[in-house]
Amino acid sequence: MKALSQKRRHPLAAIALLLMGLLVTGGLYAVASTVNQAKATTSTNANDAEEGGKLFAANCATCHGMGASGSQSGPSLVGVGAAAVDFQVGTGRMPMQMNGPQAYKKPAQFNEEQTRQLAAYVASLGPGPSIPEAGLLDEKGDAAAGGELFRTNCAMCHNAAAAGGALTRGKFAPALAGVSGQHIYEAMVTGPQNMPVFSDANISPEGKRDIITFLKQIEANGSPGGADLGSLGPVSEGLFIWIAGLGVIIAFTIWLTSRTS
Amino acid sequence: MGNHSDGSPNHSGTVATAGQNEVEKFQDPGIPPHRLRLADTDPKAAKRAERQVALLFGSSVVGTLIFLVAYFAIDLGDDTSIATIRLQNALLGIGTAFAMLGIGTGIVHWAKALMPDHEVSEERHAIRTEEDRLAAVRIVDDIVEETGIKRRPLIRNTLLGAVALAPLPALAVFGDLGPRPDNTLAHTMWAPQDGKLKRLTRDPDGTPIKAADVTIGSAFHVIPEGLNELHEGKLNEKAKAVVLLMRLNPESLNPSPGRENWGYNGIVAYSKICTHVGCPVALYEQQTHHLLCPCHQSTFDLTQECKVIFGPASRPLPQLPIAVDSEGYLVATSDFKEPVGPSYWERDEHERNRNA
Repeated sequence: MKALSQKRRHPLAAIALLLMGLLVTGGLYAVASTVNQAKATTSTNANDAEEGGKLFAANCATCHGMGASGSQSGPSLVGVGAAAVDFQVGTGRMPMQMNGPQAYKKPAQFNEEQTRQLAAYVASLGPGPSIPEAGLLDEKGDAAAGGELFRTNCAMCHNAAAAGGALTRGKFAPALAGVSGQHIYEAMVTGPQNMPVFSDANISPEGKRDIITFLKQIEANGSPGGADLGSLGPVSEGLFIWIAGLGVIIAFTIWLTSRTS
Repeated sequence: MGNHSDGSPNHSGTVATAGQNEVEKFQDPGIPPHRLRLADTDPKAAKRAERQVALLFGSSVVGTLIFLVAYFAIDLGDDTSIATIRLQNALLGIGTAFAMLGIGTGIVHWAKALMPDHEVSEERHAIRTEEDRLAAVRIVDDIVEETGIKRRPLIRNTLLGAVALAPLPALAVFGDLGPRPDNTLAHTMWAPQDGKLKRLTRDPDGTPIKAADVTIGSAFHVIPEGLNELHEGKLNEKAKAVVLLMRLNPESLNPSPGRENWGYNGIVAYSKICTHVGCPVALYEQQTHHLLCPCHQSTFDLTQECKVIFGPASRPLPQLPIAVDSEGYLVATSDFKEPVGPSYWERDEHERNRNA
């Protein structure tokens, strides 16, 4: 260690460090990009749309109609794009369990391959937002810029700490912890249910990457103040201080006025 | 006095036994017998209490050390993660809590367990006599007489003048809490400047928005062109001028006569400041077309020109009339037609002046 610390001011030390850093990031990138390539090659399978059509007819057509043209019970899916399918089916919101103010997140009913096939089928019906490239989901954007975009565009519904919040008549904006970057991105471009659409003309793909980076960063780091009590603001914090804080004060007053044995 | 603690009914005959003609008097029960503490009688217990007090003071010392170590040993550089800050915050808090609580609880325990605990009763003062009251009146009279305030009107009047003027500096100081907002609440940055219409730009980066960018179902958070370049009062201007821009199917909108041209192909812009107490109304539900205020749940219906359909707000959100300029960018054709945000004293007057 001593030898190392003596040589850290060596003129070549910076270069050595740089080389090491490049090697590590390059290696990681190579691993990541091969994974993405594997995804890319599988997602352009020609049979996907055909298989997806069969799945759709068997599972979705009751509400969305044959050929996804819509019916009394479900909207048309022509032009919603692969991103909408990947979000709705991938998070388990579709197929919907029952009618209600809002479709809930639940364990996905289709596996990854079936989801991809369904997405390919719906994408083949009309142009729409596609599933984002892996480069936009690498969580290496500018977290500070993402935080600013998040507070301007998302925080009013999803809460400044992304803990979610209530909307009107039983609807709500869900908490964003534990949601994959891909699903966050897809929700922004497609605007599922009552969420507004944040198209690339509104928030650029890089901006969306920054937002995902920010969300993943606050999720990984937690609250700087310690226990965040659900980040729900005065309700949970007030409840805690009224019960625990006043409880401690009462305990101290009893102790102060009691006689020692 | 009989012992009433057995709960037997209090018969009037048993109370007045002291004497038939005497008025019953409440007997002073005196101080209850002094009970010795364990530490008073048992030297071992006293030693134990002593150690407990010392332990509490010791915990205070440990708390202070924890604070100092957390403050100096945890280095917060430029690349500090939130986890490090959280650790330091937790240790600073725990350290301070122990440092303070240790001293406080130690002293209380010391006083309760070891310091002498003899009980003292203090006698009430005798009620003041008439002579005392007269003496006080005499003193006041003497003061009035000896100062000669009645005989010397010059001194009296200058004193009154000085006392009357003395609060003036306070007036000046409190005056600086102003100035009165006057007409500033009635206008926003959206008013065209030198005949040039202001473009709608994105919050926060200030890039202009093309009508084609606003797809159906979109919600844009909008600030006026030039806001980011302001050097002074930027936040005040932003607080009045923020706008939510949305696009719906044009058939869903039902503009009232005279307001047909305030939107553009289903694109409409409304003030984001709630007319109740001024929270930002930005929770837009793209299927129901409702806007919800997060503070008091006022709900506005976009398809009815942001009429209030629920909650305490009393007026619809003001609409910003918009159009498209020659380059395809959205512009505000005028300022809001009424003051934005919550009610204030002169609001009606300002609105009348605006429409006159």
